[in-house]
Amino acid sequence: MSSVEATPAVNTTTVRKTALNAVHRQMGAKMVDFNGWDMPVEYPAAIGCGIINEHMAVRTGVGIFDVSHMGDIRLAGPQALAAVQHISMNDASRLAVGQAQYSALLYPQGTFVDDVIVHRLGEDEYLLVINAGTREKDFNWVRDNTRQFDCAVENLSDDFTQIAIQGPKAVDVLQKLTDADLSAVKFYWVTRGTVCGLRNTLIARTGYTAEDGFEIYVPADETTSARVWNEVLNAGKEFGLLPCGLGARNTLRLEGKLPLYGHEISDTINVWEAGLDRFCKMEKPEFVGRAALEKAKTEGVKRTLVGLEMTGRGIARDGYKVLDGGGREIGYVTSGSPAPFLKKNIALAYVPPEFAPLGTEVKVEIRGQSVAAQVVPTPFYKRPKKTA
Amino acid sequence: MAYPTDRKYTKEHEWIQTSGTTAAIGITDHAQDSLGDIVFVELPKLGAELAAGKTFGTVESVKAVSDLYAPASGTVTEINADLAISPEKVNKDPHGSWMLKMTLKNAGELDSLLSAADYEKFVAEEGGH
Repeated sequence: MSSVEATPAVNTTTVRKTALNAVHRQMGAKMVDFNGWDMPVEYPAAIGCGIINEHMAVRTGVGIFDVSHMGDIRLAGPQALAAVQHISMNDASRLAVGQAQYSALLYPQGTFVDDVIVHRLGEDEYLLVINAGTREKDFNWVRDNTRQFDCAVENLSDDFTQIAIQGPKAVDVLQKLTDADLSAVKFYWVTRGTVCGLRNTLIARTGYTAEDGFEIYVPADETTSARVWNEVLNAGKEFGLLPCGLGARNTLRLEGKLPLYGHEISDTINVWEAGLDRFCKMEKPEFVGRAALEKAKTEGVKRTLVGLEMTGRGIARDGYKVLDGGGREIGYVTSGSPAPFLKKNIALAYVPPEFAPLGTEVKVEIRGQSVAAQVVPTPFYKRPKKTA
Repeated sequence: MAYPTDRKYTKEHEWIQTSGTTAAIGITDHAQDSLGDIVFVELPKLGAELAAGKTFGTVESVKAVSDLYAPASGTVTEINADLAISPEKVNKDPHGSWMLKMTLKNAGELDSLLSAADYEKFVAEEGGH
């Protein structure tokens, strides 16, 4: 048996570690190289973990993730808003203090530098949370493209241990550990409070799991990080909390059709192709990439991102070819996996627009065989609306 | 994990257990542990010819795809149909979950395979558990 990871590891000379690395190893996590970071992919079956159980914990209860490999860029100063507006495609002027939005940094050609969450922390203070694999690129890009503004740009990526507490019970777990009133924090809003005794901790009701949840930002020293991690684990025991790795993080975000850089979005894919129109505010008079997107809009897209469900027996994986009924290659899978909660084999794929209508029958080439798939509505999974 | 001594092992993490001229094939505890949750097992058809060292099927976990390599040559006589419905049985009982049975072409091929003790040592050296 020889194993091929569905997501290939990137070879880098120095592997970076988060402050929780020793904790993950102690817990027996299976570690992988993720964009140059030594990260847990899943925790051991012996403690009730494994990708499927971790995934289900987040959908039905609660899970915690070390997401300290994500980067953080702070923009502050009189022209911070103007700077953010210039470099991001969503409309940051709509943000109240304490509010966050999904957005993206674009190249002049309308393709992606990265996707980001923009948090408005103060009157003239914004925090961009960016991807691990693009930290340096993003920071340099932000710094270089905001020089004309009266605004300081700081890379805070190494300052925080970022812990995501995700799932319908996340609020119950975190509420045990903080004096902040979490019921007053809406989805995509932030607050500050004492968490595990740490004053003024940033608490954001955000995540990458298509579930309710929080991300907390605590000091990046190993002792504090390990203490907070363990306090969350203990507080979550009564709710069946599980530690979760990048494996479950990927299947959770895929069910929710949340894009992953290098897969659904990249420097060769534009906003229209990725279907992120609703986060791109063309009514803003100016931002990097706008002119190209204006032009691209009139030309129309040659490919579009669709959701596929395998109707034949087989699992579509990243990079597999998508074929039409006659066996002609029409596109490729950007992310494909078994979906543990939906119990189906699902994929996201780029295909020409004529293959995008719901119900369209296509094939995915799996080890030389054409396996049937169908275009289905996305997101594949939507969390139930709260009735309370 | 103690590896059963009633069978032989390969460096590709398969086991083969013989009974007369018939042999059952599966994957090891180390293999299932490295793969994680197994969700799909693809096996050859009855009557298929397996060649020692060549791939004969695929096992997939949530995150990974792995080829299965034949520990010995032979003709497939039985398929464990259970695994099409409940592939997770390989995780729960790797050494009890045979994937296929075959008539051996040349039982001598097994002489070059690893004993339980040698396999355990091999896994330890590979940085396994």
